[in-house]
Amino acid sequence: MSGTIHITINGEPRTVAAGATLLELLTSLELDPRAVVVEHNRAIVRRPGLSGVAVAEGDSIELVHFVGGG
Amino acid sequence: MTTAVETLRDTPFIVAGRTFQSRLMVGTGKYRDNETMVRAIEASGAEIVTVAVRRVDLDRTKEAGILHHLDPRKYFLLANTAGCYTAQDAIRYARLAREAGFNEFVKLEVIGDQETLLPDVQGLLDAARTLVREGFKVLAYTNEDLVTALRLEEVGCAAVMPLASPIGSGLGLLNPYGVRTIKRRLKVPVVVDAGVGTASDACLTMEQGVDGILMNTALAAARDPVAMAHAMRLAVDAGRAAYLAGRMPRREVAVPSSPLEGMLD
Repeated sequence: MSGTIHITINGEPRTVAAGATLLELLTSLELDPRAVVVEHNRAIVRRPGLSGVAVAEGDSIELVHFVGGG
Repeated sequence: MTTAVETLRDTPFIVAGRTFQSRLMVGTGKYRDNETMVRAIEASGAEIVTVAVRRVDLDRTKEAGILHHLDPRKYFLLANTAGCYTAQDAIRYARLAREAGFNEFVKLEVIGDQETLLPDVQGLLDAARTLVREGFKVLAYTNEDLVTALRLEEVGCAAVMPLASPIGSGLGLLNPYGVRTIKRRLKVPVVVDAGVGTASDACLTMEQGVDGILMNTALAAARDPVAMAHAMRLAVDAGRAAYLAGRMPRREVAVPSSPLEGMLD
């Protein structure tokens, strides 16, 4: 697998390797998969599924966690 | 509540089958630093602490993740849907929060107005209905309107959370009658959320007979958040104790406390 694709992560355009899985994406961002929740094109992907989902051109990904709030 | 007075033995505070010792719940937002937040929460004696769901900072310039500072084994994390203006958004945030894997409780907020942050009750009811169906334990942030509170209970909310006054306003309990009426009519726990500014507000709120109070800014924006957390803990206990003790009736005229007999000529 070669080449790159354009995706959006947390509203920011990003260029990643074609065929990268969500887990690989988290690893490249130095994020602990246990500490974030992943939404892929508006669908939540549970932790065990992260290595089985590859991102495609134009995908939108949200990575969220808990912050201080009232 | 811990008390030395035998007659003040309180019933436990139970929300959706979970029992809590403290009737004071606190938020984790707006503290000047995390150390102050942690110490304030400790001083408050709260077991339930609220958190918000937000994007991870990809540049890692700041470590905003609350779990780096707060032990989730020590506190019951109650995720909120703060900042959501539609039922759809609130549902999305609630699902993301549940996926974090701590519990199925959510403090549901659907905001209807940017200036006052007052709730959109139609959106709130819609979101509550869906989330209850999905197995969430919904604690619904609402206004002091009895009919909305009744509807929220009807659709299966685990608790109803009327405001004392607008979020972050510190205006205190503006409508004691409204809150008292909601408490009297509902079977599910009633927890006053938002608007409490200082200890007397918390005490007065608890004196209405509500099951608990949730506050954030009153602690975070105090000059000394840790000391205020301590004051709030005492105020919540005092207000609860006074409610259980049953206050004397109000009178328009004085009634002497000392005997009228035995006065000198």
